[in-house]
Amino acid sequence: MTLMDSVLVIAGMFVVTFGVRFMLFARAHKVSMPAFLDRALKFVPVAVLTSIITPMIFVSEHRMNVSFENPWLLGALAAFFVGLWKQQQLLTIVVGVVVFFAAKYAFS
Amino acid sequence: MSTLKEMRRGAVASVPMIIGGIPFGLLFGSLASSYGLSPWFAIAMSSMVFAGSAQFVAIGLISIHAPLWVIVSTTFIVNLRHLLYAADMVKYVKHLPMRLRIIMGFGLIDETYAAVRPLYGMGIVDEKTGHKAYLGSFLSFYVMWNVTTILGVVSGELIPGMSEWGLEFAMVATFISIITPYLKAAPFWFAMVSAGIASVLLVDLPNNLGLLVSAVIAVSVGYFSDAALNKNKPSLVGTSGGES
Repeated sequence: MTLMDSVLVIAGMFVVTFGVRFMLFARAHKVSMPAFLDRALKFVPVAVLTSIITPMIFVSEHRMNVSFENPWLLGALAAFFVGLWKQQQLLTIVVGVVVFFAAKYAFS
Repeated sequence: MSTLKEMRRGAVASVPMIIGGIPFGLLFGSLASSYGLSPWFAIAMSSMVFAGSAQFVAIGLISIHAPLWVIVSTTFIVNLRHLLYAADMVKYVKHLPMRLRIIMGFGLIDETYAAVRPLYGMGIVDEKTGHKAYLGSFLSFYVMWNVTTILGVVSGELIPGMSEWGLEFAMVATFISIITPYLKAAPFWFAMVSAGIASVLLVDLPNNLGLLVSAVIAVSVGYFSDAALNKNKPSLVGTSGGES
């Protein structure tokens, strides 16, 4: 990448990221969200985060891997069930990571 | 009472996710160097954009030579969820001076929202003290994120192959811990399942556009199933995100 490309990428990412975060705070005293936007927005975290991680969990080198020797799948399942059950962030992360690395070393 | 005490409260509430973020920051730095990006580029991105998942997705796009518009619009979609957090935080921010709102906007990440929002909900902080706890959380994440980026860049150059250890899994686990608190009503399950299926089916779209398309599909599925199930009621009130 040229220096110009680097500057453009960072500037572009800064503008949209800060823009999304600050837009409502900037007009905080007179902001009101239309009801449909409110209804749609609350699905965005689940939609985006799931879309990022699911291919990481199931796909490696353009192949689906749903076997129980896939450490990504095992770690993710462990984190998912602990998250649903205990609702504790640290516990969810730690259990997921431990299961992932245990499976990774067990099956490699 | 004291500002420092409130800031510490916010930082302490953030500790679990700071720990989850450390491997993620290391990975970002080491991946950036394994993609041949300059250390300064990685450091500039962490200090100016300050958006973990979007940075991660962006350097992936840069490594496959995606055009600028794809990088910027994917960043936009990936970070669009912060608009939800902002909408929910507005009531605690509107009385603050603009200078503070700018800093708080810059620092509005999943983790700070997930750590500080419940403190308001539980009455531990209020309009007078909450922004201090928020700033404490933001600063601790900001320091962690930039320090681990630098360490990652350095260790990525010293320890080749570090990017293959599977450190990305820390991000997967952290995101799962953010997703699961939402799963208290059927529409969120529909959104999650459709995002999962669509993102896997569309994984080979050029420029990783499958992420964008699958996020839009999942939001629509959530929206319309919510509208159908709760026809006569207002939309599910707020969210339970992060109130663990």
